Order: sequence, then C-alpha cells, then structure tokens
Amino acid sequence: MSATTIVSLPDQATAQMPKRSYLNNEHGLLSWLLTADHKRIGMLYLLSITFFFFIGGAFAGLIRLELLTPQPDLVASDTYNKFFTMHGIVMIFLFLVPSVPATLGNFLLPIMIGAKDLAFPKINLLSWYLYMAGGIFTLASLVLGGVDTGWTFTTPLSTHYLNTHVLTTATAIFIAGFSSIFTGLNFIVTIHRMRAPGMTWFRMPLFCWSQYAASLLMVLGTPVLAIAIVLLALERLFGIGVFDPAKGGDPLLFQHLFWFYSHPAVYIMILPGMGVISEVISTFTRKRVFGYTAVAFSSVAIALFGFFVWAHHMFIMGVSNYSALVFSLLTMLVAVPSAIKIFNWAFTMQKGSITFETPMLYAFGFIGLFTIGGLTGIFLGSLGMDVHLTETYFVVAHFHFVMVGGMLMAFLAGIHFWWPKLTGRMYPESLSKLAAVVTFIGFNLTFLPQFVVGYLGMPRRYHAYPAEYQVLNVLSTAGATILGVGYMLPILYLGWSLKYGAIAGNNPWQATGLEWQIQSPPLTENFLETPIITHEAYDYEWLEEKMKLEKQEVTHVG
Amino acid sequence: MGISPVLWQFLVNWLHSSALFPTEASTIAPYTDALYFFLIGMTIFGVVLVGALVTVFSLKYRREKHPVAVQIEGSTLLEATWTIIPLAIFLVTFVWGALLYFRIYNPPANSMNIYVVGKQWMWKAEHPGGQHEINALHIPIGQPVQLTMISQDVFHSFSIPDFRVKREVIPGRYTTVWFQATQTGKFHIFCTQYCGTLHSGMIGEVTAMTPADYQKWLSESTSGMSLAQNGERLFASLGCIQCHSGNAASRGPNLAGVYGSKLTLTNGQQVTVNDAYLRDAILNPSEHVTAGFSPIMPTYQGQVSEDGLIDLVEYIKNMQSNYRVHQTLMTSDSDKAAPTTPTTGTTQER
Ligand code: HEM
Ligand SMILES: [Cu+2]
Repeated sequence: MSATTIVSLPDQATAQMPKRSYLNNEHGLLSWLLTADHKRIGMLYLLSITFFFFIGGAFAGLIRLELLTPQPDLVASDTYNKFFTMHGIVMIFLFLVPSVPATLGNFLLPIMIGAKDLAFPKINLLSWYLYMAGGIFTLASLVLGGVDTGWTFTTPLSTHYLNTHVLTTATAIFIAGFSSIFTGLNFIVTIHRMRAPGMTWFRMPLFCWSQYAASLLMVLGTPVLAIAIVLLALERLFGIGVFDPAKGGDPLLFQHLFWFYSHPAVYIMILPGMGVISEVISTFTRKRVFGYTAVAFSSVAIALFGFFVWAHHMFIMGVSNYSALVFSLLTMLVAVPSAIKIFNWAFTMQKGSITFETPMLYAFGFIGLFTIGGLTGIFLGSLGMDVHLTETYFVVAHFHFVMVGGMLMAFLAGIHFWWPKLTGRMYPESLSKLAAVVTFIGFNLTFLPQFVVGYLGMPRRYHAYPAEYQVLNVLSTAGATILGVGYMLPILYLGWSLKYGAIAGNNPWQATGLEWQIQSPPLTENFLETPIITHEAYDYEWLEEKMKLEKQEVTHVG
Repeated sequence: MGISPVLWQFLVNWLHSSALFPTEASTIAPYTDALYFFLIGMTIFGVVLVGALVTVFSLKYRREKHPVAVQIEGSTLLEATWTIIPLAIFLVTFVWGALLYFRIYNPPANSMNIYVVGKQWMWKAEHPGGQHEINALHIPIGQPVQLTMISQDVFHSFSIPDFRVKREVIPGRYTTVWFQATQTGKFHIFCTQYCGTLHSGMIGEVTAMTPADYQKWLSESTSGMSLAQNGERLFASLGCIQCHSGNAASRGPNLAGVYGSKLTLTNGQQVTVNDAYLRDAILNPSEHVTAGFSPIMPTYQGQVSEDGLIDLVEYIKNMQSNYRVHQTLMTSDSDKAAPTTPTTGTTQER
C-alpha cells in the first residue's frame, strides 16, 4: 500500500471548551476520591507520581551536592546512604513503574480500543489506594528516620546488619507491588475482552501493544518480588535462615529472587514509554509506523526474553561459568528487539511530512539517549567487560540513560502529546520546546561523565571518592542543576496552561487514534455510541475522509 | 579573554591531576581495554547512524519541503537487515566477552595464593608466610597472584580498577580472583558492593613491587608464624588430630596429601579437594563424608573464625606427611590429656 496523505491543522480559533466533560461531570473532592472513571483515576495517579518524582528528585539533588567534593563533608555517611536509598526506592517503585501505565495508560487504553472503561473500574481505584498506601509507608520510613539498604535490599546486610526502618520500607514496596499487579490484570483483561467491534489485535495502536506486554511482566514478575520481600521480613524478624549460610541457607538466593523481578521490572519501566514514542512519531510524521507488526511483536519478545536474563546482574557473584555464558547470550538476544524498534521509528520518518512540536522533540531525545543507554547495556552484558564495569558509575550512567533518558523523555513526550486531550487546553509551545532542549543538554552533561568516571573505577554508592575523580563529578553536578531546571519548567507552564492555555479542540495534532476523534476533555462515558472500527491504526487516509465528511456536515448545517 | 591567571592556573592544575583513563597495570588490562574500544566504536557507529537517519529524514521530509506524506507499509528486506546486523555484532561481543571472562576468572596453575577476608569495613590480607595487612596488599610484579576471598559478614566486592579485575566477596563461601601486575606502583582497592555505613571507607591500596622488593617486604613484615603453623596449632587444640591422625585405625580419613586429590563421598558424589571443599567439610561435615567413614565428625560452625579456617585450610593444603601429627600425639598421649572438646573460646582472634 502506498498513497499520499495531506493533513492540515484545524482552526484553533473556533475550538470551544465542551460544556460537559469527565472533569466537570461531578464536583467535590469525594467525587474524585471515590471515582471509578479510568480518566479521573489516571489524573489522580498523575498528581501523585509527580509529587513523588519531586521527592525523588530532591534526593538526587542532595546526592549530587555531596559529590561535588571528594570529601564526605555535606552529611554523615549514614545520611548519604539514606539519600540514595530513598532516591532509588521512590524513583523506581513510586515513579517509574507506575509512570506511563498508571497515568496515560489508565486514561487512554480504554479509549484507544473503543471501550467505556477498564474491565474492573473499582479494582482500578483500589490500585490507586494501594499505590498511595505504599507511598505513605515510604514517607513514614523516611520521617521515622530513613532506611539505608539501597533499593536492592541486599541480604544479609538488610536482614542482619542494619537497624533502620527496613520493614516499613519493605511493607511499602510489598503493597505498591499489588497496585501494579492489579493494574496489569485490569489492562490484560480489558484488552482481551473490551475491544470495540472491528478492533482486532492488529488494528490496535502500538501503545496498546506495549501496555499489554508491560502488563504481562507486572502480573508475572511482581509476585516474585512479593515473595522475596516476605522471605526477607521473616529472615529479619525470626531468622528463618533461607539466606543465611550459617543455617544452611544460600545468600545468593535473595539475589536470584530479587533480580527475577527487578530485571523484568526495567522492561515494565521502558515498554510503555516505547508505546508513547510510536504514537508520537507516527502523528508528527503523518505516517503509519514502519513495520507495525515487527514493532508490536518486538514488545512481546522483550517481555518474554526479559524473564530469562536476570543473572546478568550477578556475573561476578560466583554463578557458574556456564550459566554466565547462557545469561550473557540471552542478554544479547534481548537487545535485538530494541534495536529493531529504533530503526523502525527512524524509518517511519522516511517520506513523512514532519513537524517538530514539543512531543516530537522529546521523542528525538528518547531515541538518542535510549540508543546510548541500550548500547552501553551491551558492554554490561558482555561477560569480561562487565567484570570491570559492574558496581561502578558506568552502571549508574547506563541505567539513567535508559530510565531517565529513555523513559522520562517518553513520559514527557506523552504528557505533552496528550495534554490537550487530558485537559482540553494547549501547553505553551515555545517554552516547552525550550524545556525539552534544556533537559536534553542537562541530561548529557550529568550522565556522560559518569561513564568515564565509571571506567576509571569509581564505585557507585560512594559517599567519598579519590580526588582525581573530582572534575568529572563536578561536571555531573553542574549538569544535574541544568536538568533540574528542565524538569521544573513543565510543572510551571503546564500548571499555567490549565487556566490560560489555548483551547485545544478535539484533534489538535490531526492524529488518527480513537482518543482524538472524541471531544477534549472526553465525556465520562468516552463514546456516545460504541464505535465500530473499519480501519487500521495510523490510517491517515481514513482520517482525511472522515474530516471531509465532517466539514460537509458542518457546512450543511450551517 | 578575561579569565584571571590565577583561575587559569588552578584549572590547569586541576585537569592535570585528574585522570580520564585508568592505568593499564596488569596483564589483563590490555585485553579488557581492547574490548572496551571495540564497544565504544560500536556505540559511536550506532549513535551516528541513528542520528544521521533522523537528521537526514528531518531535513528532507519536513513539512515545508514535503507537505504530503507517502504511506509505506514496511520492508521485509530492510527489517531483516536491521535484525541480522545488530544480532551479528552483539554475538561478536558475546564471544569476545566470554573469552575475556574465562581469562579473568581462570588462574594460571603457577599462581601464588594470598587470602583476603572482608568485613565491615576493612580488607584483611593474609600471606601464606603469616604476614597480615589491613587495607593494603603487597604483591610482586610479573607473577600471577590468586586471591582466595571470603566475607565475615555481608556481601563485599573486591575491585582493583587498574588491574580491571573485581569479584564479589561473599559470606559462607570462597571466591577467587587472579591478576598479574605489570608495573610497580600503588593502585586503588575499592569495595564496590554496598555494605553499610562506611562502604566508601572500605578502600585500600595495592603496592606492586619488584620480586626482590617483595621478598624484602615479606621478611620484614613477618609475624613469626606462618598460616600453616597457626593451622597446626588449631588442628591440635580443636581436637582434629584425634581422628585425623593418619593411623590405619583412626576414625577419620588421613589428610596428608589430600589436597588436590579426588574423593568419593558416601552419597556417591565425586569431588576434588580444594580450599572451598576443605572449609565446607570442617563446617558442615555431615554432607562431606568420605566413602568408608561414618558421619561422626561434629560441626565446627561458629567455633572457628574465618581466619582460623584459613589457617586450617593452609595447614592441610601443605601437609605432606603425618610425621608431625604423630609427634604431637605422642607428647600429648604422654600427658594423658583427654581429647579436647572444641569450645568457642579456642578460636584465635587476631
Ligand atoms: C526519573 C528519574 C530518575 C530515576 C528513575 C532514577 C533512578 C535511580 C536509581 C534506581 C538509582 C540507583 C539507586 C541505588 O544505587 O540504589 C539511582 C542512583 C543515582 N541517581 Fe538517579 N534517578 C533519576 C533521576 C536522577 C537525577 C535527575 C539525578 C541527578 C541529578 C540522579 C542522580 C543519581 C545518582 C548520583 C545516583 C547514584 C547514587 C549512588 O550510587 O551513590 N538521578 N537513580
Ligand atoms: Cu564492602
């Protein structure tokens, strides 16, 4: 199939705010706290994860400030250890894991497949309460004096040697885990059972495919984390000895259990972001995503392979040489679907008609940073290289390139892209472009030097370091300052736009997704009548036809 | 430019004293660096390629130049290309990395052994001659050195970046790492596994010296007793000697020359006697019963420190005959001393 498409932006001037929408359907705090509307729950999540992001960010700032000088001079060592522990726990469990699925996924997934809501609206609300309970336990452990296990909870340090609030924090993560299990279940059932007539699997937007793959991981992986946490608590409370060599236990068992979840968890974090990128790139190139099927299947492939590479976190821990070989090989294989996606996105631009609005800039940021993050993952998957690099700042740089450079960029791309749909208003374009560029520059300045200092050998989680590493650390701290500005800007102008932003209209980007064919912000019931789908995802000809028809109707009526 | 000379001087000094690339101070380092440069090449190639595609398409197909998008389904040929080429490159790095890994973790047969015990928050090295050092390690250059390491508490990790080697130090089991230093000098030792409050204080220094200087250092730092001699005393005081006397009628197996041999256990398992086996057999005897013996040996779990265990291992390792065992037994028999039951107090804490 090869055809031409012209799409032009609608007249913003005539767009009006709809009288009725999910936002003003009901009033009062309770109507939000007891809502079963997936859109309102998505907004609740958006507020709460933003709150936790800034808590996590504050700790990042403190970490970087301490590392400005080689001496351990800003805070005591225990305090520093609590900083990076809190930073990791908040960012991973309370920001990254729920980020795209619980906010944009919640809001958009039902609409994209033409459903009125998720399969289990009340369980969806329960998920949010569980998330908040997890958050409150985390804050409690912070207020009570903190915890210094690191987000990896390594035994026997966490079970026998620390007297901080390990159990409170473990409870937090245990509870928050159920929040993501329920979200995952809800998504899986919704995608299987609630698609509108005509919405076949291969007509779904790629965003839905990536949410589906991530949901599989959440449902299958998170229970293992729960088990690991329960065993950890029993070991700490009663000394049952599963991880204690003196009692015949195996100290490596905890590592296996923990990474069996936490490795797939990195794909829980990145897959939904990849879904966002597919939507954004298609929309701003006005083109179908190149090789739709390959991109869809690569999400599923990542989810499947993702379960069989966990021991690549343990190459120097004395796993047998042969299992190290197998896990290294599988790690190489899991990198391939990501490479496929990158090239498919790049080639989606070929022969497109490209514009460069803010979401597209963030998507470019994603592609660049995720490419570096992914390729440096190959360094770490390569056995002999990993020996030198593991547990150093090289690893810190690698996962920040993937998680912050990749996922956070994708999250911001998605937030800007769907902001008109979420709120009915546009964000200010030039300010947001500035923020995207500032973020990109700040990010690289923060984390590129960490690759170098990591190869020099600087270990992660170090409160003090040899003086010869200072230059690189100062660069990194300077970059973090710029990055901080890049993250503050969206908060300010997005807040501003809630009241003063231009009215968006239904489809400001001329995008093809079902969510763009309904009013912004949507009605509580999403669709007045169940849509019947007769076209594929990213079908810009269908969109053009539809718009022609609508124009005729308008002129007719007028 | 308005930059003040003082500031300039400061900047120059600062940059001068800061490294951007670690010293290559071991035989392994050049191999690791070769792979590193290959991987950097791969990364640059990948980033430039993706960057070029995005830039060229952005310029060529931007709205002003290309107002009408042409829909394209995909291309099996292109997609196969960008599946197979990355896969091939990744497989090359897999094989290369695996070869390097085996080089790093398989010590040459002629390496000398030093023991390292990690604990919150210090490294203790024990040379076979009985020299002890804290947060320091003296080694000769030009000779393979193997470290046999264990932790007394939590996970630690022993890392010497300038040698490009690192290994987790785990409670309850020996792990090993080896290297051969190629130049004299001082190099950082880091603990790289987060291990609690003073994790970043768990650092030390390797001093690589010429073999002659090393010999000199050894003789100046001796504590008077080698590890094996300490082990011999423990062997007697813990009562091991009563059963492992090497006599035909004794209740335990003869230990002279056992190190390195192959044993069959009562459960049919075949094992090679190495450091780890000896340690496990002392702490957990019931699972390491040599065929033909009954499971009567008591466990010494909690009664011998890791240092004590190292002494015992080193003693058994070097035990070629039972001559001295008999000597000791004869003197103690003449005292009519009852076999001593081991108690916690008998461990030597140093
Ligand atoms: C979405 C945003 C972010 C996420 C998800 C994130 C995630 C993480 C995680 C999981 C760790 C490992 C914690 C550990 O070692 O236990 C970490 C460490 C670290 N992060 Fe972030 N991070 C984010 C943003 C930032 C930013 C903006 C900065 C700098 C301004 C930063 C600086 C650091 C540093 C310096 C460490 C190393 C701590 C250490 O090992 O001593 N992070 N981060
Ligand atoms: Cu340590």
